[in-house]
Amino acid sequence: MITIEVNGKRVEAEKGEMLLAALRRAGIHVPTLCNLSNLMPSGACRLCVVEVEGQRNLVPSCAFPVAEGMKVQTHSRRAVRARKTIIELLLADHPDDCLYCVRNRNCQLQSLAEELGVRERRYSGARHDYKVDTSSPSIVRDPAKCILCGRCVRMCEEVQGVSAIDFVGRGSSTRVGTAFEQGLNVSSCINCGQCIMVCPTGALREQSYIKEVLDAINDPERIAVVQHAPAVSVTLAEELGLRGGTDICGQMTAALRALGFQRVFDTAFTADLTIMEEGSELAHRVATGGVLPMFTSCSPGWIKFVETFYPECLPNLSTCKSPQQMMGAIIKSYFAQREGVDPSKIFVASIMPCTAKKFEAGRPEHGHDGLSDVDAVLTTRELARMIRMRGIDIQSLVPQGADTPFGERSTAGKLFGASGGVMEAAIRTAHFLLTGREMTNLKVQEVRGLDGVKEARVRIGDLELGVAVVSGLGNARRLLEEIRAGRSDLHFIEVMTCPGGCVGGGGQPIGADLEAVAGRMKALYLIDRDEPVRVSHRNEQVQRLYREFLGKPLSDKAHHLLHTHYVKREVIA
Amino acid sequence: MTAQIDQILRKHPEARRDSLIPILQEVQDAQGYLSREAVVKVGEFLSLPASKVYGVATFYNQFRFQPVGRYHIQLCRGTACHVKGSADVLDAVCRLLNITPGQTARDGLFSLEVVACIGACGLAPVININGEFFAGVTRDSVAEIVDSYRRKADPDGQDH
Repeated sequence: MITIEVNGKRVEAEKGEMLLAALRRAGIHVPTLCNLSNLMPSGACRLCVVEVEGQRNLVPSCAFPVAEGMKVQTHSRRAVRARKTIIELLLADHPDDCLYCVRNRNCQLQSLAEELGVRERRYSGARHDYKVDTSSPSIVRDPAKCILCGRCVRMCEEVQGVSAIDFVGRGSSTRVGTAFEQGLNVSSCINCGQCIMVCPTGALREQSYIKEVLDAINDPERIAVVQHAPAVSVTLAEELGLRGGTDICGQMTAALRALGFQRVFDTAFTADLTIMEEGSELAHRVATGGVLPMFTSCSPGWIKFVETFYPECLPNLSTCKSPQQMMGAIIKSYFAQREGVDPSKIFVASIMPCTAKKFEAGRPEHGHDGLSDVDAVLTTRELARMIRMRGIDIQSLVPQGADTPFGERSTAGKLFGASGGVMEAAIRTAHFLLTGREMTNLKVQEVRGLDGVKEARVRIGDLELGVAVVSGLGNARRLLEEIRAGRSDLHFIEVMTCPGGCVGGGGQPIGADLEAVAGRMKALYLIDRDEPVRVSHRNEQVQRLYREFLGKPLSDKAHHLLHTHYVKREVIA
Repeated sequence: MTAQIDQILRKHPEARRDSLIPILQEVQDAQGYLSREAVVKVGEFLSLPASKVYGVATFYNQFRFQPVGRYHIQLCRGTACHVKGSADVLDAVCRLLNITPGQTARDGLFSLEVVACIGACGLAPVININGEFFAGVTRDSVAEIVDSYRRKADPDGQDH
């Protein structure tokens, strides 16, 4: 520990750390636009400049190491004026259409302009004639609103290992773009939306399907059915300005009904169904010498990642559709049959923590008889927008339960929302399927938590399985390289595209730090701790679905409806 | 095309990412421009994503992404040419050919490249078309020059 002096007060700092880290720990607010926690500083935006005694120029605190006895002024007239000028220059070619912007009131550029008291346009720069890229089913990119902070580029490259976008051009014509500045839809983008999560402005946003959903709800000819993913009920509260890390599943269900959906189903039901299918698939592969390790297939960003970068690993992917797609498939078959309605009249909307789910819903190999399994996907953010638009006060709603026949869930299915949850649910059920007994302690501590890579050896009867849980595709890439190099001790690998799993998904509330993501995770584990049905194979309605309709796991009917295949993709079109 | 790229890459068996620019230069020397295939292949060879290769290549004026036209115009924007009005000439050429620097006209006849200084400041503003120099060009004279090349390509004027 060393001591530095900040604004006349003593502040403790760790040797070798950057000044910004010490300032933040001391509760001193220095704004940043390009800084990303856990990544090396890039020093691009210069907003974090401070005065350091003995330095002729202002220094960027994010990239300036602390030194014993250093004297720092964070809010001197010179530093604040420099920050204000930077914001004014960023605004010089900004579209200024805040009223129409999806990030209105949730924009770092806007709030810094406010904070620094920008009240007039001092600089007016030439505007670029940039086109909005709406080619992707998941993500919209509007380069005119981009301030070139580079966070999206670094997230895509350093965290996700995808590098679909990079800086293009030079000087005042620099912009962010894909290879050959093609649309995102033909780039190597895997639709995860993590770029949206780090964008300080409205330059990146989700492709919205609110209109399609409202049209379906208001169409008397159609039956609008909705499903909600496990990670949504523990994050919606944040997006509505309530306390983070609280589960509001009951109120959310009530709100979905108030919005006009005729049925509300819980995607955790098909998460339980996924465990039955995927667990059986794993047991089958182990027993018959099939391709191992088996990879989970619920995260659509990960699927496109394998298809694009590791096509030789396609046989390792479980053939199970994701819970979202399974739900769509059984709604348009079993549910339609049960209710005696034409499946083409059913509109399946889903509320997902994810932008890649929008892409997944449109995959041509999903669906049957010309009907998609899922018709429209909304993110947590879009659901919150609809709730506000309809003037629904979520806090005043009396909690309601989901509808039969797909409303029941085990807490194992709910755990799908956190990295490690699919693995934990699978281990619980695999143990029962292989030994006929429940595990004495259902909690699998090794696969819980925010670490990007978690590994465990699991004993089930006579069988010892090597399992790994990975979140963030950069971590997945490293593990795949190990496997490519000959590593063979793993049997089952859960991969979630987004760091922390779906609770940190690209459709979730923007601006969450790691602590907030941990809080969302905790909410899921509390549900698991407190409820009685904690294993997927005890979901009575799933068992009934098998009895009445599917037969048994991996039956022909299950294969037809619940499984899929994958395609090799070229890196760029 | 593919074989030519492979041949260039074979000359750099130990290459790492710091060889990106020299390799791109060799490819452009051989093919006149960087095709999509070249960008992807060089990227795969150096384990760099196509977006990064494209990003680096667009940083430098020397790289182009379309094949050069039958007549390649190099237009000098060095200091002396600038003082003598090369901005005006550039604007005229862009309008005449309906392209921007780095592009090739749709009929493939002309392509345009902006260069920093040709080293012929005494002739400013100067352009160079396939090795032939034109001195003291103006907005009007450059139109005549372009026309003379059009006539050269199509003496009977039947295509126009």
